[in-house]
Amino acid sequence: MIELDAASVALPEDEGGRVLLSPTSLTLAERRVAIIGGNGSGKSTLARLLNGLVTATSGRVVVDGLDVARKGKEVRRRVGFCFTDPAAQLVMPTCVEDVELSLRRTVRSASERHARAMEVLARFGLEGLASQSVHTLSGGQRQLLALAGVLAAEPSIVVADEPTTLLDLANTRLVADALFGLSQQLVLVTHDLTLAAQCDRALVVADGAVTFDGPAPDAVAHYTQSVGA
Amino acid sequence: MSYLLGAYIPGRSLLHRTPAGVKLLVLLVFSTLLVVLHGLIATGVLFAIAVVFTVIARLPMRQVGRAARGVLLVALVLSALQGYAHGWPRAVEAGVDLISLALGGLILTATTEVNAMLDLFTRLITPLRPIGVNPDGVALVIGLAITSIPASIALLLETRDAARARGIRHPRAYLSPFVIRLVARAHETGDALKARGLGD
Repeated sequence: MIELDAASVALPEDEGGRVLLSPTSLTLAERRVAIIGGNGSGKSTLARLLNGLVTATSGRVVVDGLDVARKGKEVRRRVGFCFTDPAAQLVMPTCVEDVELSLRRTVRSASERHARAMEVLARFGLEGLASQSVHTLSGGQRQLLALAGVLAAEPSIVVADEPTTLLDLANTRLVADALFGLSQQLVLVTHDLTLAAQCDRALVVADGAVTFDGPAPDAVAHYTQSVGA
Repeated sequence: MSYLLGAYIPGRSLLHRTPAGVKLLVLLVFSTLLVVLHGLIATGVLFAIAVVFTVIARLPMRQVGRAARGVLLVALVLSALQGYAHGWPRAVEAGVDLISLALGGLILTATTEVNAMLDLFTRLITPLRPIGVNPDGVALVIGLAITSIPASIALLLETRDAARARGIRHPRAYLSPFVIRLVARAHETGDALKARGLGD
């Protein structure tokens, strides 16, 4: 469960003070929530608020009863975050090592860590690439590996910020299937309106404010109409 | 060599199976000997040892040779300077010692998984915990430093290719964008680590 209570984000005064997200109050309890909107609309800012990558300038964000500003460490253990470009997220040289990195905090035994990482890779059909360099993977494989790294830490919520933007159609389907197959709550920031429409609820963000909040097909229709498409 | 330094090459050689701590200790002793011992005979023996270990590690020689070009270039410049100042024996010694040292580093990183290195560093640093040092944090920084070398080189080549595609060939034209991209990538990596709960 995610709750925003008049949460807003603005740049510091010495950087112009621009409002990135106007005060927003909402509760996200649905299993699949999409966030859609144009470039620079505030979608990513809203997503980043959910695990403390961005701190609310005013108001507060509460995840599973934990205030993100005060309990950031605990919140990040519950909220996994998938970035648009997995290249920045994959920091270890091989696939299995990168997943193992997510387990370092909780699993001290190296052999157990390796076994657990292999299990996670197998869930995504990546076990055959375990010893392969992350730099040699295709875009889809990289994004799946990034997702595997996130899920290894067993979060209760997964926030994915445009995870399919850099992918071709086949890889988009691969990653989308993986995301929609998750048992965790999913918050999906996307430009892919077909994916957004499959969610239980969708928010439309424009000019740093949530302009529509409702069933995903209605939100997609609202967004499409608002851009005149 | 720079292409390979920091990159683990999976394998089942004796060196791949040797504990990271033993390899680090051997590299420490080897590096010390390179600095302490002088003369062409010592240089030749230590170089031979480095080559033997490279063979034992069963590293792909073509890749090692291709990657070694960068270090060879530096070694040549260093040798030329030493030769000019101190004569050819010192020139040979300086150049070959540098290549031996690079081979030693390459063997360690190519045969040791980064996570094994992180575990080792964590164990080594743990005694410092009472004075406020976070062993996991320090080990992660060292691990990232190792893995960032090939990633930074890949970014440099990408930036260079982008510049060349626009008809710009002078290094000065793509070094600034490279540094900016490197800093941006560092920020993104920091965010990613934080999101994975590793920066807390």
